[in-house]
Formats: sequence, C-alpha cells, structure tokens
Amino acid sequence: MADSYRQTTQAKLARMGIYAMLFLLALWFLAPLYVMLTTSFKSLDDIRSGNLLSLPQSFSLDAWKTAWDSACTGVECGGMKSYFGNSLKMMIPAVLISTLLGSLNGYVLSMWRFKGSDAFFMALLIGTFLPFQVVILPMAQVLGMLGLENSTGRLVLVHVIYGLQFTTLFFRNYYVTVPSDLVKAARIDGAGFFLFFFKILLPISIPTIMVCLIWQTTQIWNDFLFGVVFSSGDGQPITVALNNLVNTSTGVKQYNVDMAAAIIAALPTLLVYIVGGKFFVRGLTAGAVKG
Amino acid sequence: MTVNSFSFSRFVDVTLPKVVIAPTALACLVGFYGFIGWTAWLSFTNSHMLPHYEWAGFVQYVELFGNDRWWQAMWNLGVFGSLFILICLALGLFTAVLLDQKIRAEGALRTIYLYPMALSFIVTGTAWKWILNPGLGIEKLLHDWGFTGATFDWIINPHYAIYTVVIAGVWQSTGFVMALFLAGLRGIDDSIIKAAQIDGASLPVIYTRIIIPSLRPVFLSVFMILAHIAVKSFDLVMALTGGGPGFATDLPSIFMYQHGFTRGQLGLGAASAMMMLFTAAAVVMPFLYSELMRDRRG
Amino acid sequence: MKIRYLTLALASTLAFSLPAFADTVEVLHWWTSGGEAKSAAELKKMVEAKGHTWKDFAVAGGGGDNAMTVLKTRVVSGNPPLAAQVKGPAIQEWAAEGVLANLDDIAKTEKWDTLLPPVVANVMKYQGHYVAVPVNVHRVNWMWVNPEVLKKSGVKEAPKTWAEFDAIATKIEKAGFIAVAHGGQPWQDNTVFESVALGVGGPEYYDKAFVKLDPAAISSPTTLKAFDTLRMVRKHMDKDMSGRDWNLATAMIINGKAAMQFMGDWAKGEFTAAGKVPGKDYLCLAAPGTAKSFTFNIDSFIVFKQKNQDSKATNDFASAVLSDSFQEVFNQNKGSIPVRLGHDMSKFDACAQKSAADFVATNKSGGLVPSFAHQMAQPSAAQGAIQDVVSSFMNSDMSSKDAVAKLLEASKKR
Repeated sequence: MADSYRQTTQAKLARMGIYAMLFLLALWFLAPLYVMLTTSFKSLDDIRSGNLLSLPQSFSLDAWKTAWDSACTGVECGGMKSYFGNSLKMMIPAVLISTLLGSLNGYVLSMWRFKGSDAFFMALLIGTFLPFQVVILPMAQVLGMLGLENSTGRLVLVHVIYGLQFTTLFFRNYYVTVPSDLVKAARIDGAGFFLFFFKILLPISIPTIMVCLIWQTTQIWNDFLFGVVFSSGDGQPITVALNNLVNTSTGVKQYNVDMAAAIIAALPTLLVYIVGGKFFVRGLTAGAVKG
Repeated sequence: MTVNSFSFSRFVDVTLPKVVIAPTALACLVGFYGFIGWTAWLSFTNSHMLPHYEWAGFVQYVELFGNDRWWQAMWNLGVFGSLFILICLALGLFTAVLLDQKIRAEGALRTIYLYPMALSFIVTGTAWKWILNPGLGIEKLLHDWGFTGATFDWIINPHYAIYTVVIAGVWQSTGFVMALFLAGLRGIDDSIIKAAQIDGASLPVIYTRIIIPSLRPVFLSVFMILAHIAVKSFDLVMALTGGGPGFATDLPSIFMYQHGFTRGQLGLGAASAMMMLFTAAAVVMPFLYSELMRDRRG
Repeated sequence: MKIRYLTLALASTLAFSLPAFADTVEVLHWWTSGGEAKSAAELKKMVEAKGHTWKDFAVAGGGGDNAMTVLKTRVVSGNPPLAAQVKGPAIQEWAAEGVLANLDDIAKTEKWDTLLPPVVANVMKYQGHYVAVPVNVHRVNWMWVNPEVLKKSGVKEAPKTWAEFDAIATKIEKAGFIAVAHGGQPWQDNTVFESVALGVGGPEYYDKAFVKLDPAAISSPTTLKAFDTLRMVRKHMDKDMSGRDWNLATAMIINGKAAMQFMGDWAKGEFTAAGKVPGKDYLCLAAPGTAKSFTFNIDSFIVFKQKNQDSKATNDFASAVLSDSFQEVFNQNKGSIPVRLGHDMSKFDACAQKSAADFVATNKSGGLVPSFAHQMAQPSAAQGAIQDVVSSFMNSDMSSKDAVAKLLEASKKR
C-alpha cells in the first residue's frame, strides 16, 4: 500500500517536473515574440523611457497601421501591403515546382536506381553546403545570358534550383521506406513509370508532401539574399520591403513600426506553422520510420 | 521504324529515370559545381570590383592566410558550430522526450517550440539584440527587480559574444530538431518498449539503452541539417552583433560577403569561399558517406 | 504572307515599345526612412515632369552594403540601373571598369566647374570626365552636446581641444552622467577615430596619413598620439555601447543621460524629431581641435551606360539632382547642406548655416578634407582594412604601438 502510494506521488512529482520544464522552455521560446508584440503596441516615447519587458503604458495600434499602409520602403510610402502579392507570386510556383521535381527525383533515386545515382545524390547533398553568397554573381551572369529580366521569373528559377536538394532528400528518404514488394507487384501488373508514380506513390506521400510544402514555403518566404539581388524595383518580395523599412541609413528609427512590420511580414509563415505544424511532425514521422 | 515491346520497356527502365533526373542534374551541375568552378577560378585572379579572368596565381590565398580576421572568423565558426550543434542536439532530444510523455497540451507546446523556424532573423534579430543588451534587456530587468549585482553582458564582451550567437541560433533551430526527434520517437515500435517494461526496466534505462540508440539515423540527418545551418549562418550574426564587438563574432560567410561585395576584393572573397567549402566538405563527407553506405546495405 | 504580317506586326510593336522603355529612369538608392524617402520623392517628381518614368529601386541596409551587392549583380548580368548611389573613390573604381556614362555635356551647359567646389568636383570625375553627380554635403566632425548635462556637472564650456577633454569628461562622469554616448559599430568607431586624428594632427597630417596613405605620416608619432587619445576617449564611453545604433546614442544625449556624441550632421534629424531646438536644447560644435577643419561626406549618384536609350534621360536626371529646388528641399530634410556654392541658406537651421559657412571657409583655408570613415578618402579595400584595425583597437586592449603597425599594414591593401 505504502509502496504504491509512494510510487504514485513520485510519478506525480515527476510529471510536475516535466510540465515545469516544458513550461520554462516555452517561456524562453516565446520571449522574443513577446518583446516584439509589446513593442509594436507602444508609442515611441514609451519605448525610449521604458523597460524592454514592460507592458505598453497606453495600448496603440498606430504602429501597425503605419507599417501596413504608410511606412516608407523607398520613394513610395505605401507600407507593406503591396509587397505581399510579389512574395506570393514567386513563392507559389517555386514551392510547387520544387516539390514536384523533388518527388520525381526521390522516386528515381529510391526505386529506379541506375549506375551513378548514389553518386549523384551525394553530389546533390554536398551542394547544400554551398553558401548562397557564392552563387550570386555567377547566377547573375547566367540569368543575364538567359535574358530573363522579370523579377518573379528569376526568383522562381533560383528558388527551385536551390530548393531541390531538400525536397529530393525528403522524398527519397520517404520512398526508401516503401516496401519493394509494392514496386515489384506494380511492375508485374504492367504499371508504367509515371502510372505507378501518380496513381500509387503520390497518394501515399501526402505526409512528405506536407513537409516539403511547409519547409519550402518558409524558406522561400523568408529568403532575403536572393530576393534583394534578383528582383528589381516593383517586383521586390516582402523581406526586401521589410529590410528597407527597418534599415534606415541616416533617418529616425521607429522601433514600434519596425516590430509591427516584422510581425506582418512573418504572419503567413507563422500561420503555416500553427495550422500545419501537426502535419509537419506527422510527415517527418512517416519518413523517419527508417530514418 | 517499329518500336517493339522489348526495347520500349528497356527505354522505360534505363532512359526514363535519367530523363526525369536530367533537369535536376543540369541545375546541380551548373548551379553548384559550375559556380564552384567559377568561384575557384576567380580565387586565382586579381578581381576587384567586377570579375576578371586573368590568372594571378595564389596571391589571394597568401593574402587570406596572412589575415588575422580570417583566422578569427574560422575559429569563431569552430566554436559556434560545435556548441550550436551539440546544444541543439541535446536540447532538441530532451524536449522531444519530454513531449513524448503523453503531455496534455502537446499540440500547443509543439507549435511554440516550432514557431522560431518560421521567422527569419531579419525579423527576430532586433528583439534578440535588445534582450541581450545589458542596458535594455535581461541585465536591466534583473537590476529593476532588485538584483543590482547581476550582470549579463555577454553580447558586449569580446570573449563571450560568440555565446550569445549560440543562444539565438539554438533558439531558432531547436524546435526543428525537436520535431525530427519526436518523429523518430513516434516511429519506434511500441512492442519493444512494452517488452522491456515487462522485464522490469525503468523508463530512463529504456530511453538510454533502447530508444535513443535506435534513433541513430535521425541523429545523422539532424547533424547534417545543423551543420549546414552553422556553415551558412549569416543573417543570424548580421542581425545580432554585425560580427562585433570588434570581430568577436565574425564568421567566414560574413568575411566573404564583405570582402567580395562591399570592399571590392572579389578575388579574396572567392578564395575565402573556397576555403569554407573545403572545410565543410572535410567535416561532412565522412558522415554522408557512412550514411549512404548504410542505405545500400539496408 | 501570314508570317510576313506577323513579323511586321512584331517589328512595329518593338519599334513602339523601345522608346517607352528608353525613358525609364531606374535609380538604386538607400534612402528609405521617412524624411529621406520624402525628399527622394521630390526627385522623382522632377524627373517625371521631364517626361520620364521613374523606376524606384530602393535597397537599404548596412550603409549601402546591400545596395552594393545588388549593384554588382545587376552590372554583371548586363542591365545596370540608370543611376546608383555610390560615393568617394568607389566612383573611380567603377569608372575604371568602363561601365559608367559620361556627363560632360550637361556639366558644360550647366557650368558644374564653377558651381561646385574643386574638391567636390574632383571626386565626381574620372580622368577629367564627369561620371557622377553630387547630391549633398554632410559634415562629419561634429560633436553634439547636451548643455543641461554640462551645467549640472559644473562644466562651463564644452572641450575645445583633446587635451582638456579628459578632465571635462571625468568631471561629467563624477556628476553621474555618461561622458560620451557612442554606438560600438565599426563605422561609428571609425567616425570617432577620424575626428580624433584630425583634432590631434590637423588637416595637413590628416591629408597625408589618411587620404594619400603616406607610410611616413602613418608611422609618425602623431598617429601614436591619435591612438592614445582614442584610448582615452574610449574610457569615457559606457560599457553598453557595443552594437548600439547611432540614433540610440543620440537619444542618450536627448534624454540627458549623456553629455557628448561624435556623429555627422544626420544626427540633427533625431533632435528635430524629438522637438529640440539647436543652440538651446542641444549644441552643434566642431569636435575638439577641429574647429578650423571640415570632414566632408558627399552623397552622389554614378550613372551607367544604358543599352537601349540615349543620354537624354541621364542628363535630365543629373540636372534635376543639382537643381536649386531639389538641393533646397532635400538638404533641409536630411540635415546636410547643398553642394552648390553660394546657395541661399536663409531657410536652414543654425547648425546647417554654420556648416555652410565653414564649408566655404575651409575650402579656402585648406581645412576641407574627405571623411575616410564614410568611404570618401580611401580605396575600398584599404578603407575596410583600416576600419578593421580601429574597430579591434576599440574592442580590445591592443597597444597604440601595435595599432600603428597594423594601420600601416592595412593602408597598403588595394
């Protein structure tokens, strides 16, 4: 009796400890977001005088309004609102194309291996270690030779090329876990290369597709370097607008507007994680059974 | 010309997979190896403002190896990289194990841990800078609360600034590592654990002896991902410290960017990029190779 | 037949679309904050009034670091913008690559040679030809002072030489204030060092050591003294300065937490935004020992050769930048002074009027020198290396002797 009592209190204590640790971790993860949020609701005087963690003395939405439609991002002072479209226009095709190509690559590299396919995969993986700063100039030369002048087109191409390694990796790791009997049976049944892929493989790849979509969406949406270098003027993505808004050379800094703008720019990806986070872990699980 | 069934199926077996791979292969060939080759060539030239292609020998490498700032940057990458990877691995695994204990608010907690992945450092850099700044953030807070003797001034101390970069980096990437480990944990066959429990093994023993060793493949992928984040770290440092105080948090990627683009020393920038690549390859190749070998066996 | 019609139609659309394209004025700049953006919008209006389309191309960050990266990629890919914000010796570096357009025609019609001080005109020229157009003149060797803090510390007057600086700063600190508000970023470190070196050695030494990069001048005892003085100034900065933005340092002056800041005249914008009046709430004084000198920082635009258009748009743009009305509006917003000699300063504030008077006076006396902290004096490789040395000196216990040796090494970089 006493023994089992002791065990349950011990278990209870342990669980409380677990919850406490999880809670502390959550606080740590949330701290920057808290700072950003409270700052965005403060007035400039409030920020100059007050404490970083203190709550706003008077709650104000002015900074958000300014960030949305009247902060200057160049000669135009129209806020962040007009840049959402630019980012969406390049993100959606880039994400879809890189996911589709990645799944096809993964399919070939796991089920249609040929001589040199492993070497190719390895070459592709090593490519991930190439710092993006290195590719800027040669890429500019190639794009110049191709005559591609449209901001969206350039960005889609670049993001597809440098996203492929990840999508390929995700799909290959997942497809390696698909039982080889399934492939053999399908081949005997006469299912062709594409028929098998679209009819059988793709429908069971939903979890991995979700992982790819989430990963690529955040990577491409948050990209600044390619965005700033390969876009021009009215085609700039939202991260470039944010950078222009936040970085003043010799002007007055409005931290509340900066913070509001930063949160606005991050809203889509935040939403993706909040809504899709479940699928993310589930998708990883599907691929990680084998690892 | 007739196409008989034999050659058609041969076409499917042999050629079609290669046709499908071709666009990626081309992108990889040009976008990675072509550009690496281009950079390698530039590193042997005297390019300043814009690329020039006249051979100049090893001058840029000589210059690079004689540059204090470069060695400081490499050392910093070593410190930052190893701490960042180790802490992310440990904390990520720890969090995943905790979350795997049938926690009530798992969904909400998981989202909280994961959300930093969704934000770029252009967004969170300023907030972190304030939190770590002794005059504005944690230290001031402690003083306001009455702990007047407390100091937390790592970000302004050249000897400790690199650790603040580690803190912010860990903050951003731990969630993702946690997700990968959680996925790994969920993929483990329950019956093994049950059997061990029946044998009387305690929970910690089950984790350290059975579960964590079986996560080996996850460790490898996590290591790969973290290593690549560490080598490419740029926004993180630029937003947090700008490489300072002095060059206490300078990284090779920043060195390369500044010399190659801002200072008109394109050749030197290219040479530093090549050194970065070699270093990354030297660290990562063995891991990659072992994983691929294992795949082939498995 | 059909094909011929088609080609005809294509050719005619091309013929129509080309002139429209030819009138685009694409300008790469990093004026994105409120006041700057509004004054740049003025330029847009003037260019559009001449029948061109303005294509805004703003890239902020790092005092133009990001913009330079973007500019390089655009030039490499073969479609540079019409104009880009580039200043100092970098103008010559770009011109040497053979990608810049020539502004001699418009310069001749508008008599730039008499309009601009020779020191300024020389920066805009490559091998005697105009390749860039100046926008404004910033003075860098300012010291911003909160008189209230001085009074509370029992200090009668702000320091006029570096020799008296130490004692005054100590007095201020004893009264419980921070003596020097500073932001520990490399360019700010360099800005302070520049004023110190100028104050310690005078314009002649400054010109030899930091503009001509003469090894004898650099390794002279004057440089050693300059570093010693910088070390002394460094001691009067607060410990939280690392990474601080310059405007936060200015806010410390505004709030009465600190007494003095060394910063260019753009700091005025912060004071104005806080509703402070020059001469009363804050003082703009030359940095100690530099009252008879003027370190200038000139923003300018270089113009690129264009593939499909003639020089009309380029000339119209350059003419608009130098026009009286743009100079007036832009510089009042930005805190700088007009680059045209003899501009009517009556609508400007007291600090700008003083700056303009000193600009003319130092132009005659020889005290007018380019600011190396703001990329006006040295080739970019040497500038960067020197900035590295100053920054490490500020953030370590490097001895002045070592610093001089490293400075000499850095000045040889090309």
